[in-house]
Amino acid sequence: MSAINPTLAAAPPRSLPANAFAAIAKHRVLATVLFFAIFPWLMPYQSLAINILIYGLFAVGFNLLFGYTGLLSFGHAAFLGVGAYTAGILIAQYQMPWWAAVPAAIVAGCVVALVMGLLAIRTRGIYFAMVTLALSQCVYFLIYQLPASGGENGLRGVNVAEVSLFGLKLNLLDPLQKYYFVFAFVALALWLLSRILASPFGGAIEAVRENEARARACGFDIERTKLLAFVLSAAFCALAGALNAIHLSSVPIETLHYATSGMVVMLCLLGGMGTYFGPFVGAALFLLIQDLASGWTEHWQLLVGAVFVFVVLFFPNGVWGTLLQKVSHDR
Amino acid sequence: MELTFDLVALQLFTGLALGAIYVLLAVGLSLIFGMLTVVNFAHGAFFMVGAYVGLFAAEKTGSFWLALVIAPMVVAAFGMACERWLIRPLYGRGIDYPLLLTFGLSYMLVEGVRIVWGKSGLPFDTPELLQGATNLGFADFPTYRLFVIAVVAVLLFVLWLLIERTSFGLIVRAGARDPVIVRVLGVDVSRVWLLVFGVGTGIAALAGVLSAPLQGVSPEMGTSVLTVAFVVTVVGGMGSLMGAVVAGLLVGVVESMAVLIFPEAAKVSMFVIMAAVLLIRPQGLFGRAGLMA
Amino acid sequence: MRHASTCRPLILSLRGTALGALLAAAGMAHAQTIKIGLPVPLTGPYGAEAKDQVRNAELAVKEFNDAGGLAERKAELLVRDDKLNPGEAATRTLELIEKDHANFIVGGLSAATQLSINNVTKLRKVVYVSISQSDVINETSDASPYTFHEALNPHMTTQAVGRHVFKKGMRIAFLTADYAYGQEMTRGFTRVARELGAEVVGEVKHPLGQQDYSTFLPRLQAMKPDVLIFNNFGNDNRIAIKQAGEFGMKKKMRFVTPILTYTARVAGGASTYEGVIGGTQYFWGIEDKTPSAKAFNTAFKAANENRHPSDYGAMAYSAVKSLLLAVKSAGATDSDKVAAALSALKYDAYKGVQYYRGCDHQSVQSVLIIESTAKETKDPADVFKVLSVVPADEKLLRSCGELGFKG
Repeated sequence: MSAINPTLAAAPPRSLPANAFAAIAKHRVLATVLFFAIFPWLMPYQSLAINILIYGLFAVGFNLLFGYTGLLSFGHAAFLGVGAYTAGILIAQYQMPWWAAVPAAIVAGCVVALVMGLLAIRTRGIYFAMVTLALSQCVYFLIYQLPASGGENGLRGVNVAEVSLFGLKLNLLDPLQKYYFVFAFVALALWLLSRILASPFGGAIEAVRENEARARACGFDIERTKLLAFVLSAAFCALAGALNAIHLSSVPIETLHYATSGMVVMLCLLGGMGTYFGPFVGAALFLLIQDLASGWTEHWQLLVGAVFVFVVLFFPNGVWGTLLQKVSHDR
Repeated sequence: MELTFDLVALQLFTGLALGAIYVLLAVGLSLIFGMLTVVNFAHGAFFMVGAYVGLFAAEKTGSFWLALVIAPMVVAAFGMACERWLIRPLYGRGIDYPLLLTFGLSYMLVEGVRIVWGKSGLPFDTPELLQGATNLGFADFPTYRLFVIAVVAVLLFVLWLLIERTSFGLIVRAGARDPVIVRVLGVDVSRVWLLVFGVGTGIAALAGVLSAPLQGVSPEMGTSVLTVAFVVTVVGGMGSLMGAVVAGLLVGVVESMAVLIFPEAAKVSMFVIMAAVLLIRPQGLFGRAGLMA
Repeated sequence: MRHASTCRPLILSLRGTALGALLAAAGMAHAQTIKIGLPVPLTGPYGAEAKDQVRNAELAVKEFNDAGGLAERKAELLVRDDKLNPGEAATRTLELIEKDHANFIVGGLSAATQLSINNVTKLRKVVYVSISQSDVINETSDASPYTFHEALNPHMTTQAVGRHVFKKGMRIAFLTADYAYGQEMTRGFTRVARELGAEVVGEVKHPLGQQDYSTFLPRLQAMKPDVLIFNNFGNDNRIAIKQAGEFGMKKKMRFVTPILTYTARVAGGASTYEGVIGGTQYFWGIEDKTPSAKAFNTAFKAANENRHPSDYGAMAYSAVKSLLLAVKSAGATDSDKVAAALSALKYDAYKGVQYYRGCDHQSVQSVLIIESTAKETKDPADVFKVLSVVPADEKLLRSCGELGFKG
């Protein structure tokens, strides 16, 4: 009987990009933060960079629910809007300082999400999407009717010209300084997201996405998990809304419209659902294409639609998701 | 302002006429979802394209009646092409992908129409025969709207015959119940899907041509109507035709009556209905529990 | 293959930097030009109006440059698409100010977009001339030393149209789009009705973007008005008037709308709009009686293949023209100097003398009362009959005190 010599062949050496990627993935928060620290110099103008950060954050919040938990919601505009209007009204009409208004906006978003979530979590699949759509339309209607919101005219006067914290003064009329102000919040949010995903809760939500029945059998409280994911997702979106209100000094009513809910789904899909950096890639791609295309032709929507169809057909994991797949398979 | 019987009756009739268009749209959407489990976000765009093709056909042939027949056929053919080349590759990937693809497709269709026919709307006159109003006893009611109600009723009857009394209809019903078994039984499901998508979009186009004399045509006319179509389909139950009919008429009448009582909330009333129905009966009024949950 | 995929983000960022560098270089070459940013909704339902606004603005810029500009400095128009979205309009304005270093901004077609543009420009002390209807931009909440409003506002329109149409004892009903524009129109008309002794018998509100008005019309019919006023705009206006006509209502009451636009009339067609009376700030047909209109029409037709200027388009012409006249008069592009010059300016761009009132910088101007012509005439642009020209007068505006201004 010959000795069985179970020596495994040595694993093939990983290529350089795969190694680099693995290293970056380990420190994804740091990598993302560093990238965004130099980001304004990569964009044609800073307000575009700020928009990408804000919409990226919005998509990140949505991704937590859609990509990681597997729940498609068509009502996330409600959280963006509630965050924006809360911060906006507090700053414009009650002269509250930004460091109180922004957290208040996040809390407001969470409260609305709790109410919506309690009603919606009982439904599943496409019906969940429809219920969230219906409820967010109700939010739209309510805020539209509120005199303080300015209705169709939008909320103006969210003027935060100067920001000072611990002796550091930032002039928000300077686009670069405004960028770093927004960047600080986004960096914090991304760090939080990373913590959430790495925690047992992060494991639970992915389990729910993969196989809800099995997750329930393992003892997870599915309804609690989904509801918590819903509320956390809304918190990120509300923060994005508050930052947007400060960035534009106004809040348009379109923020609450279902087209905004549709847009964030698009952003996530373009970038890659269930990936950490994907939503930002999606936001950047969408805004850049829109920006460049509307500079070339007034028929830019044809281009955007075509790109979207193309991505859905050939890059189902989104641009970033496909990229990650390719690199991680190259061993 | 008192609510006289005449006023209420007129408002009720108006609601029926409104609901008739909603029903057409919801039927198409429900058919497509029930058979293909595709949420067709481009349904409003097909409605709009149907209206424009109808306008084009009416101008070229000089006849509204011909346009009423030509436009749905043209759009159905186009719809089938979309199904074959754009949507079919996505089957098996989960219901999100066709939804998102049709979302992008709607952008393209709207902009395409803008390029060909311009950005502002175009007028569409009511055909001579149907102009004016008919006296219904309690009020004068536009003759054309009565015509719309009649056309929809006839079409629903034809559809019912098709679904309940033909073998094609049998496959559609079976496919809505369990697509896998249908395939196992040897039916070429792709052919059926192609035809169903064509029928669904064709009906949407017909709704568009019927709507054109009511409001003219504009590239945006499909977007607002899409939300209503979804609400009606979901309230009725996705995949159920009876549901589409009942819900369509219900939403039309409720919206109409809400205008009498609480006008500001008329538009949001349908969302309230939708939220209420889904919370009490998550599969819709006539939907089957577990269908695409 | 593998390198290509990882290089993708790098290529994207390189392209961005290259683009940025190119644009910066282009900016340097034009350091001396006077830059006017023009955010208008080229995308969306008002694309046709917006395009005409661009053509008209270009004419005003061309006339300024041909006349020598400002001591060798030429003016340049920077057109941007705001997609009729206030958030987008604010972003475009930020781009114009931060990246393109625009000296002035003219534009904004919807009330919401002009207010959001104004919010950005007034914080940064950039002169903004708005070219769309809104009562709010005159109020203390939004007005500023750098904000100017060239267009009519709903109050002016309603005073002019109301006085033309209303008689004592008339019954007036409104079909109102439930947003600021509609509400402001109702408020203005109600005030005139009260002054003239006409009776407001009721109002039906509809949501913006409504496509089927059949549910609202029976209620209006039940009120038995002599005059039905359509307080809505664009597609809403066109569809509402069409459907009301089909319900046989035109036979029983006069159809009136505060703003009757050229594009809505063309899209709606002659039979839909037949007999409808409305207001507008410009119609090319006044050229017989007004020399500046004749000059403007001639110049515009010469530059645009014999096409007539539309109402909204002509507003852009007037706005840019008055702005550049002020620049010339101030001899500088400094915001404070130009704002002061604009406040003191009297100009006759296309329909008679106009000036910006001191407290809210509203352009005091004439209002035209027009009626839509019945049949298609030889000239497809001959769609209106001018019934009367209400002369420019501050009495058409709300008083400074009423708006909240002190002194």
